[in-house]
Amino acid sequence: MADDQDDIILADLDDEELVQQMFDDLYDGLREEIEESVNILLERGWQPYEILTKALVAGMTIVGQDFRDGILFVPEVLLAANAMKGGMAILKPLLVETGAPKQGKMVIGTVKGDIHDIGKNLVAMMMEGAGFEVIDLGINNAVDSYLDALESEKPDILGMSALLTTTMPYMKVVIDTLIEKGVRDDYIVLVGGAPLNEEFGRAIGADAYCRDAAVAVETAKSYVARKHNQAAMRA
Amino acid sequence: MDLPDDDRLTREGLALGEADAPATAAPDRLLLIACGALAREILDLIRRNGWDHMDLTCLPAILHNAPDRIPDAVEQAVQKHRATHRRIFVVYADCGTGGRLAATCARLGVQMVEGPHCYSFFEGNTRFAATAEEEFTAFYLTDFLVRQFDAFVWEPLGLDRHPQLRDTYFAHYTKLVYQAQTDDPALTAKAQECAARLGLAFERRFTGYGDLETALASA
Repeated sequence: MADDQDDIILADLDDEELVQQMFDDLYDGLREEIEESVNILLERGWQPYEILTKALVAGMTIVGQDFRDGILFVPEVLLAANAMKGGMAILKPLLVETGAPKQGKMVIGTVKGDIHDIGKNLVAMMMEGAGFEVIDLGINNAVDSYLDALESEKPDILGMSALLTTTMPYMKVVIDTLIEKGVRDDYIVLVGGAPLNEEFGRAIGADAYCRDAAVAVETAKSYVARKHNQAAMRA
Repeated sequence: MDLPDDDRLTREGLALGEADAPATAAPDRLLLIACGALAREILDLIRRNGWDHMDLTCLPAILHNAPDRIPDAVEQAVQKHRATHRRIFVVYADCGTGGRLAATCARLGVQMVEGPHCYSFFEGNTRFAATAEEEFTAFYLTDFLVRQFDAFVWEPLGLDRHPQLRDTYFAHYTKLVYQAQTDDPALTAKAQECAARLGLAFERRFTGYGDLETALASA
C-alpha cells in the first residue's frame, strides 16, 4: 500500500487525503508517519476525539476486517497496532483535557498460568480507542488479582483472556468466585482467546464470548448501553 | 520406511500407504489418523513394536498453527477412511481446539490421545500437568518442530520480515525447552540456535515418545 511512501509529504495533503493516507499508514504499520499525521491534524485544529475516531479507530477497523477475512495476519495487525499506539500516546493526555465522551470502564487481564497477551492487548487498545477506560492487569492473574481490581476500580466490564486449553477453565473459577461473593451481576463479563467459543462462554457463565477485538468493542458497547437502560428504567 | 520429507509432512501430510504397504480394505486393521508432526515417531513405534496391524495417514502438520481447523479436518479424514477401516484412532491430543476435537471424536465414535497437546503427552501427561504451574513460561519444541522451526514459528509470526516483533511475542517467556524424542546432537544444536534466535534460555529434556507409545499400544 505504501510503495510511494517516500514521495508523500503528509503536510501537503488536505484533511481528507491525510486521513486516507493514515488508513494506509496504519495498514502498513508505519508508526512515525501516524504520529506525524496526528500532529498535523492537531495543528489544523482537529479535536483529539475526532482524530481518534475518524482516523485511528476507522483505520484499525479496516485492519480488523482484513484480519478477519484472512487478508492480513497477526504480524501485520501487531505492526498496525503499534502504529496506532503511537498516535494514541499523543492523543491520550489531550483526550483527558478535552473531556472526550466516556463509554465505560473495563478491567482486563490474562488468566492465571497463561502468559499470552497479544489478543488481550489488542482488545485493550481498541476498547480505549472506542472511549472505554481500560485497566489492564497484564498476564497470569489469579482470582484475587481480578477481585482486587474490581473492588478498587468498580468497572462496568470484566474481560478475561486465555490462549491455552489448559488455562481457559480458570475463567470459570473467577466467575464462580464472583457468584459466591454475590457480585457476579455487578459486572458485564466478556471472555476471549483462541481456543474459546460461544458455547464455552455460555457454559462458564460469561455474558459473552468475543472472537476478536472488534467484536469485543461492539459487544461491550451494546452491553453497557443495555446496562444503562436498565438502570434508567429502575430509577 | 519410506517417509516423505518434513516439508511435505508440514504442507500435505501423509497419504495412506505412502510410508508402508498400501492398505486394502481391511476392517480388522487399525488406522491411525495423525498429525504430520508425529509421522516419524509413529512409524518408528510401529516398526519397533511390530504393530503390523496398524496403518498410518497424516494430516498436514501445519494445522498445528490453525487449531480451529483440526476438528473438521479430522472428521473429513475419518469419513474418508471409514470404508476401508472400521477401527480408527486419532493421534491428536486437544491441540488447542478447546475441547472441540474431543467432541468431534466422541460424535464419530473414535478414540483420541489423552492430554492437551503433544508437548504434554511426549513428556507424560501426569508429569506435564504436575509441572505446569512452574513451567508456564516455557516455550516448547519437539524434534519435528526444531527441524521445521522456520515454517512453524519464525515465518508465521512474521519474524523473518519484522524481527522487531520478537519481544512482542516472547517477552513473557523465560526459556525454550527442547523436548527431545531422539538423541541427535545436530538437532540439539539447532534447538539451541532456535532458543538464541528467540532470545530465550535453553533447556534440553529427553522425553522419548512418552505417553504416545502407551496410547498407541492401547488403541
